[in-house]
Amino acid sequence: MHWSLRKKRILKFLFAVRKNKMALTGAVVLAAFILIAIFGPVFMPFSTLDFGEVEDILNPPSPKHLLGTDDMGRDVLANLISGARISLMIGGVATAISMGIGTLIGIVSGYFGKAVDNALMRFTDFFLVIPWLPLMMVLAAILGTSLWNIIFVIGITGWAGTARVVRSQTLSVKERQYVERAISVGAGSGHIMARHILPNVFPLVFANTVLVAAVAIVSETTLSFLGLGDPTTASWGMMLHYAFESGSTSAGAYWYYLPPGICVVLVVLSFTLLGYAFDEIMNPKLRKR
Amino acid sequence: MPLLEVKNLKTYFDTSSGEYKAVDGAGFELDYGEALGLVGESGCGKTTCALSIAKLLPKEGRVAGGEILMEGIDILKLSDDEIRAKRWKEVSIIFQGAMNALNPVMMVGDQIAEAIVLHEKVRREEALRRAGDLFELVEMPRKRIVNYPHEFSGGMKQRAMIAMALACNPKIVIGDEPTTALDVMVQAQILNLLEKLRHELNMGLILITHDLSILGETCDKIAVMYGGKVVETGTVKDIFEHTAHPYTERLISCFPNISKGKVIPEGIKGTPPNMFDPPAGCSFHPRCHMAKEVCRYMEPDAEKISEKHLSACHFFREVMNGE
Repeated sequence: MHWSLRKKRILKFLFAVRKNKMALTGAVVLAAFILIAIFGPVFMPFSTLDFGEVEDILNPPSPKHLLGTDDMGRDVLANLISGARISLMIGGVATAISMGIGTLIGIVSGYFGKAVDNALMRFTDFFLVIPWLPLMMVLAAILGTSLWNIIFVIGITGWAGTARVVRSQTLSVKERQYVERAISVGAGSGHIMARHILPNVFPLVFANTVLVAAVAIVSETTLSFLGLGDPTTASWGMMLHYAFESGSTSAGAYWYYLPPGICVVLVVLSFTLLGYAFDEIMNPKLRKR
Repeated sequence: MPLLEVKNLKTYFDTSSGEYKAVDGAGFELDYGEALGLVGESGCGKTTCALSIAKLLPKEGRVAGGEILMEGIDILKLSDDEIRAKRWKEVSIIFQGAMNALNPVMMVGDQIAEAIVLHEKVRREEALRRAGDLFELVEMPRKRIVNYPHEFSGGMKQRAMIAMALACNPKIVIGDEPTTALDVMVQAQILNLLEKLRHELNMGLILITHDLSILGETCDKIAVMYGGKVVETGTVKDIFEHTAHPYTERLISCFPNISKGKVIPEGIKGTPPNMFDPPAGCSFHPRCHMAKEVCRYMEPDAEKISEKHLSACHFFREVMNGE
């Protein structure tokens, strides 16, 4: 019985997404990339470890190599597809970490207020004002360049904005009468935060997640491009890094550096479109009449 | 032993502009299956009184004196944890404005089950089943427990709040203006329901309202509050037919009477006392048409008129004789 209600709501939400052109574009592009990330490698005629002969180095697009080859004679399309998997994975996991930290700090800070709020918010301010790129670079350099370190670094630097937004909403929600009622019924702080406040701030968290995911993917690309990525993985950022290092820009090998760049832009754009659209769908005040 | 005995209760709020004496020496009794009505103007301390009994005062408030005996146990002496365990199983509240007391993103049944799960070691399924039983008790179809608050009408939300108050079989239920935001038809239904449930479940009911006409039908006893004190208490008959306090008299006259023809209700001139600095003597004297010199300096004691009828007025005899 509960499930059918929930299903109805989800369908209603999906319908709203379908009617919103921004959301639809974002969702379609993103879905395409996710499908490529999951199933793409199965259909690839080349492995990312297929180093060609000397004459295969930096070949322009041809029927054999649709997007040409890189400076080591590997197929660019194969790299691009396996990069999708890694870039999306890093983006996804780092976003989950960010949202977890941000939501937790935001709710706890807003709910308890006073000294707790002050301490947590000053901590948040620190992460908010410190230039994130140098911070990430320093952290990545100290921790060493592995896939999980990159995820960790992006995750713990990207939560501050979410914490702020969630805190402000919590401040409003905790004063509602149903929270007072729950307290009088005998609910403890943990119960109230988990059962009453979290569901009420969740739409905000959800809309924020999508925007944070976009930032996470850009961050990954940036770090990798600067040479702080995991050298054993072929993310889009690493591709750009190698493309730049091998001088493909001056060599005019556009097929090497353009595809990963375009992919990053498309994924980030689709996340951003979805984020704004969700905000519009879930916040009736922004809805067009 | 009465179910609930409130003696000389004093509840003060510490504010930046001083001590606000919201309740300043209120007392009443309540027995099993009995309904007591607390009436008075806004700000006379009705709600604060109720919150003191449930120990739900905001942090600025504190009970500065008096006793609240529940079956002989002074609940003011219990620790916060003991109170949290007791509350809802002993005393529960039907909140003012049910519209806002339900979480909009939780199913109503879940919110009732919440109260049960927090107090008794039962699983969610069992609690939901009991929430369904409670829905039937308050005359709503049990299948509606899966609805969200916005799918309920005002009266239904109020019924849900009553169901929630009854979730743990409390001995005392406090209704803080349970019908204020409802239209008269629904108001009557809710009051009838409360009346029925109180007899069926043999629980004590405290109804807080500023509408005297409601109390006449639903309550056994009435306590009239003014300036943080109970100025007159007695059975419904005592209060309406043998009024012994000028304030009660004026309060009653504020309600138009069908049988008395076309009379514009007078109202009571002046405003309720400033409880930062209540007037000396009888706190009603600045607005009282019968006030004499003695009222200005001497606070009247509660005089016993009959077994259950008490009045705190120097001139209660004159009031009763209609002078």
